[in-house]
Amino acid sequence: MFKCASVSESWGRYPQARHAREVPLAWRAGLALPATRPLLAYGQGRSYGDSCLNDGGTLLRTSGLDRLISFDPGSGVLRCEAGVTLGEILRLMVPRAFFLPVVPGTKHVSVGGAIANDIHGKNHHRAGSFGAHVRRMELLRSDGQRLEVGPGDPLFEATVGGLGLTGLITWAEIALRRIPIAAVRMEAIPFAGLDEFHALSEESDAQCEYTVAWVDLLSRSQRGIFFRGDHADGSPRAPRTQAAIPLDVPLVNAATVRVFNAAYRAAQKLSGRTRLQHWDHFFFPLDAIGHWNRLYGRRGFLQFQCVVPTPEALRELLREPLASPLTVLKRFGTARSPGMLSFPRPGFTLALDLPNRGEGTFALFGRLEKIAVEAGGALYPAKDARMSKETFERSYPRLEEFSRHLDPAFSSSFWRRVTQ
Amino acid sequence: MLGATSAIAQAAARIWAERGDELLLVGRDPEKLAAVADDLRTRGGHVDTLVQDLNGDPGILAERAATADVVLLAQGIFGDPQRRDTDPDYAELVLRTNLVAPARFLTLLGPRLPRGACVAALSSVAGDRGRAKVGVYGASKAGLDSLLSSLRQRFQPAGVRVITLKPGLVDTPMTAALPKTPLFASAARIGSGIVHAIDAGRDGVVYLPWWWRLIMLVIKALPERVFKRLKF
Repeated sequence: MFKCASVSESWGRYPQARHAREVPLAWRAGLALPATRPLLAYGQGRSYGDSCLNDGGTLLRTSGLDRLISFDPGSGVLRCEAGVTLGEILRLMVPRAFFLPVVPGTKHVSVGGAIANDIHGKNHHRAGSFGAHVRRMELLRSDGQRLEVGPGDPLFEATVGGLGLTGLITWAEIALRRIPIAAVRMEAIPFAGLDEFHALSEESDAQCEYTVAWVDLLSRSQRGIFFRGDHADGSPRAPRTQAAIPLDVPLVNAATVRVFNAAYRAAQKLSGRTRLQHWDHFFFPLDAIGHWNRLYGRRGFLQFQCVVPTPEALRELLREPLASPLTVLKRFGTARSPGMLSFPRPGFTLALDLPNRGEGTFALFGRLEKIAVEAGGALYPAKDARMSKETFERSYPRLEEFSRHLDPAFSSSFWRRVTQ
Repeated sequence: MLGATSAIAQAAARIWAERGDELLLVGRDPEKLAAVADDLRTRGGHVDTLVQDLNGDPGILAERAATADVVLLAQGIFGDPQRRDTDPDYAELVLRTNLVAPARFLTLLGPRLPRGACVAALSSVAGDRGRAKVGVYGASKAGLDSLLSSLRQRFQPAGVRVITLKPGLVDTPMTAALPKTPLFASAARIGSGIVHAIDAGRDGVVYLPWWWRLIMLVIKALPERVFKRLKF
């Protein structure tokens, strides 16, 4: 019979990897790391490139470390094991009127993964990154030490955004925030061109908790939809049971993206400018379609996500008409991320997905990378499969400081690619 | 819940805890038991624990279990296959844990159960027909099936239900060494199947997922001269 559960790829399905061993972890007590090297924790595999892969090495699968430990409704602090998913936390805590301080575009990520990539969300301008809300955590190092670290500790700052390279996170404490019940009052505002995007960002970031924009790069005027929202009282319907793409169907190409973009924009306009949405709908629209990465076919896709400091650099990046169905723009706030390798920084973040067409795609990514780095920007390791060693060194100035905290037994395909 | 630190028991317990139910967790390892109890409490359950090796004296346990609405037996070991087939003491340990301990416990508990109580015990499809790969594990589960069947008949007049739960392949630490195939189900799915079977008033043999019943029908129907040559 064929195997189906061993890990050979990330969410982007590029690049492919083979792992010598996969070790499922189930208990915090008496946890001993295997003797094989190199090691890397693997949670839900929702990174897009190779930061969750460890070609030729051992994966420590953390999905069995999925227990809650304690919750204090007074302070909102939740302590849980690192393999608990954000979706599970929301499922349990939204009925108690608590929400995660920061959520990414999918709820199917683990707490350990959220910390290791120091993820950001639509409220970055208000809340900063996920790591800013981690109160404490425990790190198991390969020499057997269990270290409890918190904000201010150098090892904490290395581990937040540290891509799993400082040891195994076993548990963490996250400060949840109190919310009115379950709904988001959102506005979907059509716009055309970057000037209108900037004006909307300026106005909305001051008023709203959540802001993000979708752009149609194939349209001449670069039109898009600006979404902004806040938690609100109400009880809109939860999304119905999810559909899933059952097999590889390479449907994403310039023609289908054109049709999709037009349809998506029309649907947003038809649904009305102001809506009361279920939180699941508002934050995780893509989670409604299981395995949507299969729409890119067997060869997968690459995401380019960067942050650039200026509107001019953003304009430069968007000069090419790119057939990406999910082009997302957001202005980051000025909150300093706690991690030495954290990605979020002041400026504009752009994310776009393109099918993997081999050399042509790589060349395009190379051009975009060059623009971003020369403008003083950075690429996001959690989404990256291509950036060069030079780019990584230039855009992560605390790299050397970070390297002092590496656990010698831990490594990843990403790490070897950008350091060797 | 006996064997409360098993992955399947935890999955069922989470559903009960989220309903706010009262749970007594029984297991051998105090640290693991505490981790499970913390999880269930944080989810809303009212949880008490009892550290006990289930191969020991079941007296106190039977006393406390007699007041429960549902008694779930989830203890069991699969055993290292090689050792199971060569070391007689180890083979006996598998039988003791999976069959003798439940038999001793249920012998004490049975007469004390009030009308309306429910005993649900985790057996396995491996008990349906002995195979080289399951060895005495299969034998222990076959024995457990027979025991549960006899108790079901015996307690019928007393209004006590006995459910034989038969999961197929489940992705848990017990099966960590086996290559994963599409036949594997998650512990969460089996856990919700258990709660559903109990809620639905089932009083018989429940396959989890249900289609294992069809697979096992075919496997049981194979003539011995064919079966003995098979490698699965």
